[in-house]
Amino acid sequence: MNLTLLILLPLLTAVVILLMRNAEQVKWTALIGSTLQFVLAFVLLFAFRNERAGGNEAQMLFELQYNWFPAWHISFHLGVDGISVAMVLLTAFVVIAGVLVSWNVTKMTKEFYFLLILLSLGAYGFFISLDLFILFFFLEIAVIPKYLLIGIWGSGKKEYAANKLALMLMGGSALVLVGLLGVYFGGPEKTFDLLTLSRGHIPVQVQKICFPLLFVGFGVFTALFPFHTWVPDGHSSAPTAGSMFLAGISMKLGGYGCLRVATYIMPDEAKEYATIIIVLSTIAILYGAFATMMQKDLKYINAYSSVSHCGFVLLGIGMLTKTAMTGAVMQMVSHGLMTALFFAVIGMIYERTHTRQVNEMGGLMKVMPFITTVLFIVGLCSLGLPGLSGFVAEMTVFIGSWQHPDPFHRIATIAACISIVVTAVYILRAIGQTAMGPIKEGYNNLSDAKWNEKLAAVILIAGIIAIGVAPFWLNDLISPAAEIIMHKVAGK
Amino acid sequence: MNDFLQIPMLQVLPFGKDIGWALLLIPLLPLAGFLLLGLFGRKHIKNSSGIIGTSLLLVSTVLSLYTAYGYFFEYGKVNGVYQKLIPLQYTWLQFSPGLSIDMGIILDPISVMMLVVVSFISLMVHIYSLAYMKGEDRFPTYYAFLGLFTFSMLGLVMASNIFQMYIFWELVGISSFLLIGYYYDRPSAVAACKKAFIVTRFADLGFLIGILILSFYAGTLDFNTLIQRLTSSSAPEFQTAVASSFLGVSALTWALVLVFIGGAGKSAMFPLHVWLPDAMEGPTPVSALIHAATMVVAGVFLVARLFPVFSMSPPALQVVSYVGVISALFAAVIACTQTDIKRVLAYSTISQIGFMMFSLGVSGSGGENGLGFTASMFHLFTHAMFKALLFLGAGAVIHFIHSNEMKDMGGLRKYLPITHITFLIACLAISGVPPFAGFFSKEEILLAAYHHNAIIYWIALITSGLTAFYMFRLYFSIFWNKEAPSPLERAGGEVHGEGGFAMMMPLVLLAVGAAVAGFIPFGNFVSSDGKLLESAFHLQFSIAPVALGLAGIFAAMWLYKKQNNKPDAIAASLNGFYKAAYHKFYMDELYLFITKKILFNLIGRPAAWFDKNVVDGMVNMTGNTTQAISEKIKGFQSGKVQQYAIYFLAGVIGLAVLFIYIWK
Repeated sequence: MNLTLLILLPLLTAVVILLMRNAEQVKWTALIGSTLQFVLAFVLLFAFRNERAGGNEAQMLFELQYNWFPAWHISFHLGVDGISVAMVLLTAFVVIAGVLVSWNVTKMTKEFYFLLILLSLGAYGFFISLDLFILFFFLEIAVIPKYLLIGIWGSGKKEYAANKLALMLMGGSALVLVGLLGVYFGGPEKTFDLLTLSRGHIPVQVQKICFPLLFVGFGVFTALFPFHTWVPDGHSSAPTAGSMFLAGISMKLGGYGCLRVATYIMPDEAKEYATIIIVLSTIAILYGAFATMMQKDLKYINAYSSVSHCGFVLLGIGMLTKTAMTGAVMQMVSHGLMTALFFAVIGMIYERTHTRQVNEMGGLMKVMPFITTVLFIVGLCSLGLPGLSGFVAEMTVFIGSWQHPDPFHRIATIAACISIVVTAVYILRAIGQTAMGPIKEGYNNLSDAKWNEKLAAVILIAGIIAIGVAPFWLNDLISPAAEIIMHKVAGK
Repeated sequence: MNDFLQIPMLQVLPFGKDIGWALLLIPLLPLAGFLLLGLFGRKHIKNSSGIIGTSLLLVSTVLSLYTAYGYFFEYGKVNGVYQKLIPLQYTWLQFSPGLSIDMGIILDPISVMMLVVVSFISLMVHIYSLAYMKGEDRFPTYYAFLGLFTFSMLGLVMASNIFQMYIFWELVGISSFLLIGYYYDRPSAVAACKKAFIVTRFADLGFLIGILILSFYAGTLDFNTLIQRLTSSSAPEFQTAVASSFLGVSALTWALVLVFIGGAGKSAMFPLHVWLPDAMEGPTPVSALIHAATMVVAGVFLVARLFPVFSMSPPALQVVSYVGVISALFAAVIACTQTDIKRVLAYSTISQIGFMMFSLGVSGSGGENGLGFTASMFHLFTHAMFKALLFLGAGAVIHFIHSNEMKDMGGLRKYLPITHITFLIACLAISGVPPFAGFFSKEEILLAAYHHNAIIYWIALITSGLTAFYMFRLYFSIFWNKEAPSPLERAGGEVHGEGGFAMMMPLVLLAVGAAVAGFIPFGNFVSSDGKLLESAFHLQFSIAPVALGLAGIFAAMWLYKKQNNKPDAIAASLNGFYKAAYHKFYMDELYLFITKKILFNLIGRPAAWFDKNVVDGMVNMTGNTTQAISEKIKGFQSGKVQQYAIYFLAGVIGLAVLFIYIWK
């Protein structure tokens, strides 16, 4: 299939949204557009599996390349492997759910949906680019709308949050840009092409500088400790769909970049810096989890828990084994779906109770059985209940990490394992206080979910359960691609 | 395209008889019940949901019995040895060649026995609940959760892969959480379900790390292969596992002790038992099913499943036996002081599971040495019967009197005749009075302990005397003691009776089981090596335990048959000790201290503070500094031409000086 469709479709949707006259038309256009994206993502999945089943062993499938700026060797080069397909699927799930839960946005509806769709365009482009220059281009497309989404449609101290988020993510992008230029000028040949770079060998002195630049730059996106502080403020001020996109997609851009760009093209220094990555990600996992325990605002709870969960992504990458890396990608997909659902359900609750403080709620199960059931499912996914996606991803990371027999890796793995207990504590605390217990005064007449909210929840839950019950299909998708990256790291 | 929909093939191993479909249906039917009732129960099939859940389970139970019959009498035995059969297995998640989570079904004597126990007790509870839970607002949800639990528990006992077991282990935990918190609007139930889940989760951490260690050394997660590789002393896997050590203890022992911690959490062994008494907040039939007969013995089952490996590590077995026997005594002492009848039963459960645990701990593997293993499984089997019966009987009492407290009861034998008789049978069985079921299994346990370890034997003997005492204290307090108030005088004035056929039928069936299950020649079926184990049972050996048991019964009769002040006087004379036991030796307070003071105040709060003030503070500081600097230097762009001219002049002079001196 032609990969440009993944970019053209959101672009077309965005343009059509601009031409629409009223909010209803805008919403339906966005919904139709995101549904088509959803279908397209599945077409890609089936086509990909079909090719693989047909014996196509090429590293990247559906490659296409147009010369874009020949003088600088920049080309519009697209292609997908299993990891990209998984990320594209994740994006499609989050986008359609995000469009659905935003149905009630009344303020500047057209601009809101335009930005949402633009974001998805950036994300798709990022995940399928094989040229670092256009990859960076799409990364920026995915970042800038964030500022506006929070600044205009946000709540609370939104200006502060929007500034902080934009500056920190821009700072991350700046590091990425410098790193990319370093690779371009320091590499064996002047090129931004990912595959060419991976086949050649970048001198170690260049790697020494560029790897940390790229890894930290992308790491900021995925809440690398101590560059995670944009996460709590950004999420809690963003509108519901904004938080969903931010945690579900934007944080994954970083993980993907760390893996695909930093680790893949500079494997020597990836090995050198692995210790630091593991230390930082283990800190993020535990520290994020303990910090979550003390939060009282539902959005802060999920934001800090995202810091903890994204730590697993970086831990899986830092462990540098095939299994752990597969687990890291699984965690990206799983956490993307889960956290999007979590923010969606928080939004639904907030719309009804007008509070996000857990101690101001109670007994919501009585009046909104659907919403609280979703809250239960997402909470259980977060604490790693088998049958839901979080368990599969975390266990894959654990098993992969345990392949290293030395004490350092062992301690890091055990420390990461401890988080499953802490997670249980904060999740059950949050659920227990909001959904269970006697119902609070004044909450007796609240309504349950509407059609759009139900549909959004069902779509995301379907994804979570599909991974949790039958992880083999995701594993089959990711693990060969992870193996190629690991081959490169192992120096073969 | 079609490749996507292709589920990895079911691997059907040939062993004469194709029973794969039947085996698969055993856990899947309750799961179907869960999905059906969970999705459509509330709106569409509210009233028939109980019947639907029960009939699905009935089919499962019949299939389990059919499987058990087939396994024990037709195809299970080859050359006098019961085989471990794996009729179904498929790869669920492949990590690397050799290391994968498989979903499979294992058939061996213990799994088949558990299959029968779980499905049968669950069926009894399903039937009982038809009457007991009638009129509940969330009736379909209740049956949905029961279905989920039954599915998970059946999956757990049939697991052929240690990770598969862990998966179902967690699912069992969550079903328990959901059922304890069934009355979600009661704060005490919410607290109890959270506590149960978190304490067992903490223990599961041990289980998980244990699995990781075992899988690393054995290079597999498959039970059969794992046991094979870690039990033959010539295998390289075994040798490295024993040779590598940490803090002077071999990796194998570490792994087994960690796995055992998981088992101890689920089985509520000291000191991880704190969740079980609180779990009594759940509906009483749930307590009977989950917190008495099935889930709480999962820890025992886990040790039994890995028993061949445990037997290679004597220190690990020591841990198992001491934790078991301490729990047995500790819980029995507390049970003597509690006044809530369900809590008495909960502590009694802990104590009895302690018996099963230390029985495994004192056992050897193979032949005569394996008596402890057989005895433990036997006790698990009989205990499931009489403890479920006790809970269901207690449920009937609570249903009638609307209270859990002993002080509200007395003289109920008049109003609840069937409950009275069945409860008495269960009390006799648990006290080890011949010829009831508990007598046989407990004698075997004591015999195994006697041959192995004198300390454990004596503690166990005292505990079995205490058991008889607290059980009959309960019995006399409920059914004798003071005269019952006339039913009409009770608050509400509503007379329930015994709850009808649905509630009495399970009681009677279980009572029959509790009375005669002891005559099953258990050693013929379940033994540590699959071979026949002749029960070496001596009459003179049983004199001491039976005499002690009878002494306990008579003491309870003397104290509690008639209302008097002797119990209070004794309690007063034991002042400090009684108070400590009444307060469960302050274990809850200890845990509260650890979680509140240490976990929250010493770790959580500083972490949150650090994040808000230090890490985020740095970020804000960067922002503020940038702003401050730009504030300072913005004066340069004043728009005054004269100022610019001066800067320009200064620049020219500066550059001129630079050029002159540097490039001269």
